[in-house]
Amino acid sequence: MKIIVALKQVPARDSQLKVAPSGKWIDESDLTFEINEPDAYALEEALQLKEKHGGEVIVLCAGPERAASSIREALAKGADRAIHIEEDDLGAYDTLALARVLAKAAETEKPDLVLTGLQSDDLGSGQTGVVMAELMGLPHATIIMQVELAGAGLRVKRELEDGWFQFAGMPLPALLTIQSGINKLRYATLMGIKKAKSKEIRRLTAADLGVPPRSTVTVAGIFAPPRMKQTQILDGSPREAAAKLVEKLKFEARVI
Amino acid sequence: MASYRGFDYLEIDTLFNEEERLVRQTARQFVEQKVIPVIKECYNEGRFPKDLIPQMAGLGFLGANLEGYGCAGMSNVEYGLIMQELERGDSGLRSFVSVQGALVMYPIFAYGSESQKQKWLPRLQSGEAIGCFGLTEPGFGSNPGGMTTRAEERGAEWILNGEKTWITNGTVADVAIVWARTSGGIRGFLVERGTPGFTSSDIHGKLSMRASVTSSLVLSDCRIPAANLLPEAIGLKAALGCLSQARFGIGWGVLGAAMDCLETARQYTVMRKQFDDRPIASHQLVQEKLAWMATEITKGQLLAIQCGRLKDKKKLLPAHISMLKRNNVAMALECARLSRDLLGANGIIDDYPIMRHMCNLETVKTYEGTDHIHTLVIGERVTGVPAYK
Repeated sequence: MKIIVALKQVPARDSQLKVAPSGKWIDESDLTFEINEPDAYALEEALQLKEKHGGEVIVLCAGPERAASSIREALAKGADRAIHIEEDDLGAYDTLALARVLAKAAETEKPDLVLTGLQSDDLGSGQTGVVMAELMGLPHATIIMQVELAGAGLRVKRELEDGWFQFAGMPLPALLTIQSGINKLRYATLMGIKKAKSKEIRRLTAADLGVPPRSTVTVAGIFAPPRMKQTQILDGSPREAAAKLVEKLKFEARVI
Repeated sequence: MASYRGFDYLEIDTLFNEEERLVRQTARQFVEQKVIPVIKECYNEGRFPKDLIPQMAGLGFLGANLEGYGCAGMSNVEYGLIMQELERGDSGLRSFVSVQGALVMYPIFAYGSESQKQKWLPRLQSGEAIGCFGLTEPGFGSNPGGMTTRAEERGAEWILNGEKTWITNGTVADVAIVWARTSGGIRGFLVERGTPGFTSSDIHGKLSMRASVTSSLVLSDCRIPAANLLPEAIGLKAALGCLSQARFGIGWGVLGAAMDCLETARQYTVMRKQFDDRPIASHQLVQEKLAWMATEITKGQLLAIQCGRLKDKKKLLPAHISMLKRNNVAMALECARLSRDLLGANGIIDDYPIMRHMCNLETVKTYEGTDHIHTLVIGERVTGVPAYK
């Protein structure tokens, strides 16, 4: 089975973000970057499927030069080769423009399965995988918690709300967006890191793919949400006020 | 709480390549996820976390800078970074990996016959077998050349008699590298667990390195086959060659303990408030300590990287390693003491790693060449005059 894993490099999860002087993006100078967490689970799922059923895992990543370190990590964990679409200002890309680039690169490989995280930890639109599937004309399923081969197709488990799950059968080729926690992430072993040095990374630009990096979205500015303080006086008898307070703590503040 | 990111004041990371940073990341994640959650209990109970051995082996940590026989073939800088992250967890854990790789696998790799290598290296790399290194004796520490353990050749056997002490992993080892005096000078031997006349017992009452096994070995008319002599382990310099490997790892390892102390103290002093509700980090005396640690750790990192690069070019001398080991261990110990001070009474509690690092580092200051002996090695290199006697 030929599996493509689309992964994104994002700022490490507990980073302290600062707005860049341009006011249009975050200041990346002091940040450390890592593989977007749900994408790391997608990679792990792909590696486990390959270990069970054989085949090839190809990493697909669009991002600036620094994203190469995340690609290398994926190769060290066991992916066979990688495609790096090197573009500097993907921050300005909207989901559609990014998905067009990824879909175009993925199509040339004719994969049996495309996996990606259900959303990115930075922008979090949750759309890239789904739009890619539409552009590639593939069936897709989102928020996947389990993947099994079933005959010529797949049986997947989707996470719904409130502890409910949905099981669905689907044909191959297909695209799945993976939920964090679906499996247990492996470490890159030292042997894997050494092997990764000789694995192929194909470098392309959006222009090479014939997809001009044209965004339909313009970022006017970004800002940290302003801190807001609100004071409410709860009137009534102490008993009534306490009941209101408990209700507010439960359902508005959600702290109890 | 934010995940641990080490310490990098001077963009030291730009001195590492992608693979080196990836190796560090693997070791760091492993320590964060598998070591930190258990190490306090292990230390308090005086227990080595042996469940971690197969995991560390699987990641390639054992004999990581050796080539072939299943070893990972890492560069010496990559190896150093592994040691740094492991010792951020605990010096005892790093000691285990140091001994297995530098003091057991290395001598077999460097001085052993092909059949000794085939027999032992894959098993030691996979953690299936554990090794120990017997050089120090009750009467001979800094002066191992005076050892009294003897080996006599009789037919197809060697007969060993003597006592070794302060042996990391002694009672858990499947094989001991034992150094003994023969009629032809000091030689290295492989003594397997269970060989009649070979016994080991643990040293109790340690208030340092409590998550590490430390033992004594007794060899009493212990007969081993002639094939267990390490053919190239000739003279004390062969034993010292192993120690150079281990000391190099120590010079890197203690950086991890120092960084952990600094990071703990930094977080604490920023949160802890006294006098007018201001964080104690706002006081000049506190900042002086943090600034000292930040500066010294950074210098220690540069020393370690330069030694690592030299070692990769096969240009690293024992006298260089003495500077690395002596400086970085003393620096790390001082960082632990200063951090303990900054945490006040909380500094002595095992909720924080500082006192554990401090107690461990007292051992590290002494083992693998004491601070004093390394001073004399540097002194001899600078003056050309030995001053050991």
